[in-house]
Amino acid sequence: MNAHDTWIAFYTILRKEIVRFMRIWSQTLLPPVINQSLYFIIFGAYIGSQVKSINGIPYMAFIVPGLVMMAVITSSFTNVVSSFFGSKFQKNIEELLVSPTPNYVIIAGYIMGGVARGILVGAIVFAISALFTHPVIYNGWIVALFVFLTAVVFSLGGLINGIFATKFDDVSIFPTFVLTPLTYFGGVFYSINDLPPLWQTLTKFNPILYMVDGFRYGFFGVSDINVSFSIVMLAAFTFILAFAAVYLLQKGTGLKS
Amino acid sequence: MDALNIQNLTKTYATGTRALKGVDLRVKSGDFFGLLGANGAGKTTIIGIMTSLVKKTSGKAEIFGYDLDKDLNKAKKEVGVVPQEFNFSIWEKVIDIIVAQGGYFGVPRSVAMDRAEEILNALDLWSKKDQTARTLSGGMKRRLMIARALIHHPKLLFLDEPTAGVDVELRHGMWKYLNNLNANGTTIFLTTHYLEEAEELCRDVAIIKEGEIVRNDSVKNLIRSLEKQTYILTVETSKGRKPVKGFDVRVIDDATLEVDLHKDQTMSLLIHEFHENGYVVLDVRPKGNRLEQLFLNILQNK
Ligand SMILES: Nc1ncnc2c1ncn2[C@@H]1O[C@H](COP(=O)(O)OP(=O)(O)O)[C@@H](O)[C@H]1O
Ligand SMILES: [Mg+2]
Repeated sequence: MNAHDTWIAFYTILRKEIVRFMRIWSQTLLPPVINQSLYFIIFGAYIGSQVKSINGIPYMAFIVPGLVMMAVITSSFTNVVSSFFGSKFQKNIEELLVSPTPNYVIIAGYIMGGVARGILVGAIVFAISALFTHPVIYNGWIVALFVFLTAVVFSLGGLINGIFATKFDDVSIFPTFVLTPLTYFGGVFYSINDLPPLWQTLTKFNPILYMVDGFRYGFFGVSDINVSFSIVMLAAFTFILAFAAVYLLQKGTGLKS
Repeated sequence: MDALNIQNLTKTYATGTRALKGVDLRVKSGDFFGLLGANGAGKTTIIGIMTSLVKKTSGKAEIFGYDLDKDLNKAKKEVGVVPQEFNFSIWEKVIDIIVAQGGYFGVPRSVAMDRAEEILNALDLWSKKDQTARTLSGGMKRRLMIARALIHHPKLLFLDEPTAGVDVELRHGMWKYLNNLNANGTTIFLTTHYLEEAEELCRDVAIIKEGEIVRNDSVKNLIRSLEKQTYILTVETSKGRKPVKGFDVRVIDDATLEVDLHKDQTMSLLIHEFHENGYVVLDVRPKGNRLEQLFLNILQNK
């Protein structure tokens, strides 16, 4: 395929992914928005007023980046895992497999679909946060970089989950047992500096910490961890997962007998 | 140039099933080729390997000279496939399924739209274009898959039992469409276990049995090679008539006879001999399909 054909194939996959999640918006866009609004109301407005500020940031404002990130993570992961597994289940993934679309383009198309949903949901949640606190952005580029890379990492994770999944249960195991706990312990609701030393050390093995922390830096200009270090970590995750995805698709894992 | 060239192709599935045991097969460009075989003979496996949905165990496979191990994407560009089982998303609209398939082959949306209109019209599906695939009948779903396979104008079309479960009228319509497609230059590779379909459509056929090709020839030669053909004769009455010498005749009922006609006997001779012996022959028709007899002979002998 020449560059033009490749672009058309990529655009086709991306368009289809976006059309898919927009068509079922009440399952894809609404739930995270309702969820995060509940967090805003309970943690921010009610409990938050009784909690002291963190790093000089009022508690309500402090949890906004984490809650936005949480929505981005879940949405991008879920989008790719369910779409990819769905097309394996209905076998319409074969439409792509018999075509000359290179594997990296298939991956890019699905990943950008997940990123699109992640960022869209994140933006809506951020807009809603304005009802509870005055939104500030310290550095828009950092915000954009972190939200983008995070969405890419979790879209790739969703894709890999989808590649290995053989039944519907396999699609929800990872989000429930790994993603949600990691997100909760990833510093969404607290600064890791307030944790006992042992927990601080353990938390540093949690990739979501770097995402939330760097993202929060973009809003307030203060962070627990060096931002450059977080960017390097995120980039590393992106490359490792991207190579894994290309390798698995090349091998035909879960797709070809 | 061969549209398809397979050498010593083998496939052993992870379950241990040896689906292909060294298959050699060539299909000429422009041919209408039929791969015949019973259920489980390995037909779908061959198409799966040629369309990269199944990984071969060993052997060499080429499409229009492109080796699938080296130039897979170039080979894929020339190929369209209508699988045996439905493999589209039932939640998508007919038009979206087809246009997206075009996109995966690099066909721009606007071009794919125009082509889709033409193909869907020819397949009598245009009025369903905005319906989700879920709402189509079985025959329509088949035709949707044919339309989808043609959107990028492939030079070689694989059809895996395309008329299974399709009613008679629709089947004949499909045959006409496929014949026309082939006349316009598309090489067609069809699997079927309807021998009538193979005789109607194909110029060349191969017969596959338990993962091995047991016969590969033109339909013409195959039919010529039949040792004998059985005909059903309807006569006014066979009561009191003398037996006809030189023919193997079985009386079914008073007015119906079954006669074997050997390779070296002609129909004229048969009619003549019966006439001479006082029969009034009202009608003659072949018993079953000719290829079918051959097919059964081959599968039972080998
Ligand atoms: N994915 C698979 N895993 C294991 N065995 C398979 C698979 N697909 C087909 N087979 C086996 O391979 C043989 C050939 O199957 P297939 O190519 O589908 O035959 P046909 O299309 O001629 O009916 C059969 O014995 C079938 O059970
Ligand atoms: Mg089959």
